[in-house]
Amino acid sequence: MATLELRGVRKTYGTGEVVKGVDLSIKDREFVVFVGPSGCGKSTLLRMIAGLEEISAGELLIDGVRANEIPPDERELAMVFQSYALYPHMTVAGNMGFALKMAGKPKAEIAAKVAQAARILQLEALLDRRPKMLSGGQRQRVAIGRAIVRNPKCFLFDEPLSNLDAALRVQMRTEIAKLHQELEATMVYVTHDQVEAMTMADRIVVLNGGRVEQVGAPLELYRNPASKFVAGFIGSPRMNMLEVAVAGHDGAAVRLTLPGGESLAVPARDALVKTGARVTLGLRPESLNLADDGALRGKVEVVEHLGAEMLVHVRTPQDDLLIIKAPDEARIHPNQTVGIGINPARSCLFGEDGLALILRVDALA
Amino acid sequence: MQRSFLSRLTGLAAWFAALLIAFPIIWMLVTAFKTERAAIAVPPLLIFKPVLGSFAAATAQTGYLSFALNSIIVSLGATLFAVIIAFPAAYAMAFRPGRHTQGLLIWMLSTKMLPPVGALVPVYLIYRDVGLLDTRTGLIILNMLMNLPLVIWMLFSFFKDIPAAILEAALVDGVNTRQQMQHLLLPLAAPGIASTALLSIILAWNESFWSINLTAAHAGTLAAFITRFSQPEGLFWAKLSAASVLAVAPVLLFGSLTQRHLVRGLTFGAVK
Ligand SMILES: Nc1ncnc2c1ncn2[C@@H]1O[C@H](COP(=O)(O)OP(=O)(O)O)[C@@H](O)[C@H]1O
Ligand SMILES: [Mg+2]
Repeated sequence: MATLELRGVRKTYGTGEVVKGVDLSIKDREFVVFVGPSGCGKSTLLRMIAGLEEISAGELLIDGVRANEIPPDERELAMVFQSYALYPHMTVAGNMGFALKMAGKPKAEIAAKVAQAARILQLEALLDRRPKMLSGGQRQRVAIGRAIVRNPKCFLFDEPLSNLDAALRVQMRTEIAKLHQELEATMVYVTHDQVEAMTMADRIVVLNGGRVEQVGAPLELYRNPASKFVAGFIGSPRMNMLEVAVAGHDGAAVRLTLPGGESLAVPARDALVKTGARVTLGLRPESLNLADDGALRGKVEVVEHLGAEMLVHVRTPQDDLLIIKAPDEARIHPNQTVGIGINPARSCLFGEDGLALILRVDALA
Repeated sequence: MQRSFLSRLTGLAAWFAALLIAFPIIWMLVTAFKTERAAIAVPPLLIFKPVLGSFAAATAQTGYLSFALNSIIVSLGATLFAVIIAFPAAYAMAFRPGRHTQGLLIWMLSTKMLPPVGALVPVYLIYRDVGLLDTRTGLIILNMLMNLPLVIWMLFSFFKDIPAAILEAALVDGVNTRQQMQHLLLPLAAPGIASTALLSIILAWNESFWSINLTAAHAGTLAAFITRFSQPEGLFWAKLSAASVLAVAPVLLFGSLTQRHLVRGLTFGAVK
């Protein structure tokens, strides 16, 4: 039940600027994920929204009202911390009801709200326990429960799952996504894990060095990364990158010269791609296939069998490493020489400044 | 074999060191049970018939209880006010540090390096003019001010051990600063606050310089009580020892009862 708007938001510590002008508009009930490598300013940005850090420059609007000067306890947001930050001397019920009690809400109302949150989060059996006696996943649930009892305008999550083991992380991921649908609340979620971002977000904000690299729906970012950084960050395994030269234009396509001298035509309508330029060709692992008559050849280094598919790591004679995603089969072995076919339809081109050279029309299709 | 010998040796050394440190106290205790004549015997008597005469003499003339009461009131009062003032100060320094916090902490400790005698004359004159000479209030204020740097430091380091995220979570949840202090900080730091208070009580109890110089008959603490038995002539060692035992016994007892807390406090919260 809240919209957030950031206008040229900056954060300076001493002499260093760690958030360098972020413009972003978050819609009501949207699930927005801030993703980026460690130290890129995600937490700082989230903490500025919460009011825990002062905004050095720019403006934050909550529901259209300037909020820079509103203290955190009056912003009506809720935050879930990476460390859970539970009150160690209170029971689970005490933790969840504390804010309501401090706000002077009647006992019956608090009990009802706590019971409701406990039901949603399956904490009913644990209400009398202290945090010390809970597992990581249960603590995480209590932290979320503490946030939802207040019915806040907006939820802020700072890497809430990074202290959990892999299996629990997957489970909590879907639970938080489900919670988002049930509560119909605006959520801002910070993570360094692109898988979390891809699976949970309505919209992803990719941050790098305190700047927004790209904002978009998960698939949009996957298919149409605005920069080499986003292309490399989103998607696992990473996008393959080849340094190539532009040989010329062929109507709706550009002809590229691959590192080994092979030629490849890539659909591109953009005049930005100048003949003779050195560019980077980005190819997702699924855009490559194993084909004896493929454009490239290379030696298999590693085969990762995933059951339905496999990841084949191939070293080309030019020492480029390519990862190919293909249907799993037993006949591929390390040290074997294979041919690699390229499906150019989903390829990306990046200029020397790292920015995408092709704006794809099919990105959202 | 060799290791057990070595550990026995270090054990022996530890006992020796402990004995050396405790010797004055032990000797004082022994002397207190002697007669005045036995107390100055050379060589010192190790075997003697213990008598309680010195204790009787020490308490009879002087009103030991009123001095003891002053000590209790001054040490508890000074500690109470020091903790009340230090609590919000340490909160601000631990959780809302500013550019000058670190410098302020160092500066506060540095005030402990000023020799008290340097401040004696101005403090004496001020106290005389405002009528605080020989009052418990005056001693409480001085002891409170003297302990404040240490109390702030200790509370600060105990607060530092509490994850800031706990208070931040409460803050975002709409819990105001006073409620955070009362319902989160106070219970979470309670063991640390207790250690700090214990140390402050002991320091105030043992404080003698100001007590001796600023009090007379009315507000004197046990430190002042002891000095009454040191006379320029006559035999007074046994009585002085008995008075000293009476002065330090309560705090020694108190200290040994709360030893566990004190050790925690003195390690400045480093041991969890
Ligand atoms: N209180 C602070 N003082 C100085 N630098 C800070 C402070 N907090 C964070 N930083 C710096 O700001 C940058 C961004 O930090 P943060 O927002 O925590 O990154 P992220 O959450 O993306 O990992 C980091 O380089 C970090 O060192
Ligand atoms: Mg972070």
